[in-house]
Amino acid sequence: MVRRLLARIGQALIVLLAAFTASFLLLQALPADAILIKFMNPDLGLSPEQIAEIHAAYGAGTPLWSQYLRALGSFLTGDFGTSVQAGVPVRDSLAANLPATLTLAGLGFLAAVILALTVSVLSNLTGLVWLRNGLAALPSLFVSVPVFWLGILLIQVFSFQLKLVPVIDPGPWERLILPVAALAVPISAPLAQILMRNIDAVLTQPFVAVARAKGASRHSVLWRHVVPNALLPTLTIAGVLFGELLAGAVVTETVFGLNGLGTLTQQAVANQDVAVLQAVVVISATAFVLINLAVDLLYPLLDPRIAEAEAR
Amino acid sequence: MSTVPTGIFASGSEAGRTAPAAAAWRITRGGFAVLRRTPPGLALAWLVIATVVLWALAPGLFAGQNPVAGIGREKLLPPSAAHLLGTDALGRDLYARIVHGAVHSLSGAFVAVTVGLFAGTILGLVAGAKGGLVDILVMRLVDTLLAIPTLLLSLTIIVLLGFGTVNAAIAVGLASVASFARLTRSEVVRVRGADYVEAAYGSGGTFWRVLWRHVLPNSLTSVIGLAALQFGTAILSISTLGFLGYGAPPPTPEWGLLIAEGRNYISRAWLTTAPGIVVVLVVLSANRISRSLAGNAR
Repeated sequence: MVRRLLARIGQALIVLLAAFTASFLLLQALPADAILIKFMNPDLGLSPEQIAEIHAAYGAGTPLWSQYLRALGSFLTGDFGTSVQAGVPVRDSLAANLPATLTLAGLGFLAAVILALTVSVLSNLTGLVWLRNGLAALPSLFVSVPVFWLGILLIQVFSFQLKLVPVIDPGPWERLILPVAALAVPISAPLAQILMRNIDAVLTQPFVAVARAKGASRHSVLWRHVVPNALLPTLTIAGVLFGELLAGAVVTETVFGLNGLGTLTQQAVANQDVAVLQAVVVISATAFVLINLAVDLLYPLLDPRIAEAEAR
Repeated sequence: MSTVPTGIFASGSEAGRTAPAAAAWRITRGGFAVLRRTPPGLALAWLVIATVVLWALAPGLFAGQNPVAGIGREKLLPPSAAHLLGTDALGRDLYARIVHGAVHSLSGAFVAVTVGLFAGTILGLVAGAKGGLVDILVMRLVDTLLAIPTLLLSLTIIVLLGFGTVNAAIAVGLASVASFARLTRSEVVRVRGADYVEAAYGSGGTFWRVLWRHVLPNSLTSVIGLAALQFGTAILSISTLGFLGYGAPPPTPEWGLLIAEGRNYISRAWLTTAPGIVVVLVVLSANRISRSLAGNAR
């Protein structure tokens, strides 16, 4: 058991190191020099000697492996370098933008879970065949909708035609209603798909028949026995969903003009600000690896059947 | 007139036909049988894909108006008989722009799927067939690529390659390499243990020859299902990159860019709604076809 645990943690660390190395190679070693792009600008009136000096100050002249080791060392101590474009430490701009994105992503996730539960439970409870088929088709529609288009559509319908959500000077929570809705729709699709399949699978289990035979109503069996059991396997896609949430945040923040990690990433790409982009990539890979590690380690505790199967 | 027996399909009505006519009749009847067995949703999906492919191949047949140069005094017109979907801020016909945009979105998705399919299949094939250290190294690389959200991975590659239609397509394709590699590897591992592969090695086949003749063809069915799924995903991703401004430059009528340009005219809802609906329909259809292909594989 301990050996398996250590092997799993070791594997996670290797993936993290590889993600850092890949992002370093792609963003720092290969591309055209972002420092030169900024300071070669003739408007700044810098002499070639001054440019060389700035270049050396950013450590661009040293051999690749020493740059790599230095970057790795500073990443491990939480120093993500300096944004070439904004001239501020990347750590500061991340710290300033992270809370907003986490709020958006967290609320989006919550809304997605509620939406997925509603769709899958309704499709199970309804006796109407057309409604059931319609609800079952919803997830494949939800994954096919571009998030940015959905965002624009929501603004057009709810802000401009129905005038339900103000666009001019909205409150801190009103501002989040439409972005959260736009973000939740594509995230809810894989959740609803897994839930529908699981609810059908759990319903055939003997304990459901026993609970029904003891006189429990269909609703109470569904909510007390079936839904908790059907929800558990969705944990396995938690890491993937996190990535989707982050990617969705980049797009929704751009559409709705919100400040956050997404806008920061989008500006970093537009300005070739590699330090910011690398920090965002490494942080999201870290979060993905940690979430998956946590799910792997916690799952046997939540579902004793798996722990038993492993012990055997 | 010679009355040639037409084999096992011969029936009373066919007996009187000439051989070529009977063969043609058989093919037509076979075609109808396939059509009858096709669920209406799937047929509709193929119809949508066929339409946009035709748009991409011969846009002039479907939309006569110029997609790039507009008529200034006809700007921001609502949909009418002359302009089916209205006009944009520069007086360009929106329907013509959507039809002419098909080639950008479709060829972008085609490039993306080709890149992902080739690189991913080769990686997965080698990892699954070689095993050992190669397998471990490739699969850790795949794990790493999967750990980075695909949009961020695409953005990273775009920073490296620069903006543009082809670069965006390559970036989307490279971001999908990991899922192709993982699926191919699992298929190869499944096929590798089969008796006929053992027999091919036993009768003197070299590693690459057996891989090419026996392992690859038998591993490919579900990979093709994934390719169809990735085609839809690629169209979504490319339109997202186009919307963010990293794909085709204006005035290219790329679908994502059309939506981005239309959003500034909120009261002219058709400017964003129409291209968006086209994207949704194409992606839905690609996903539907992918499901039918994956179903055939099983």
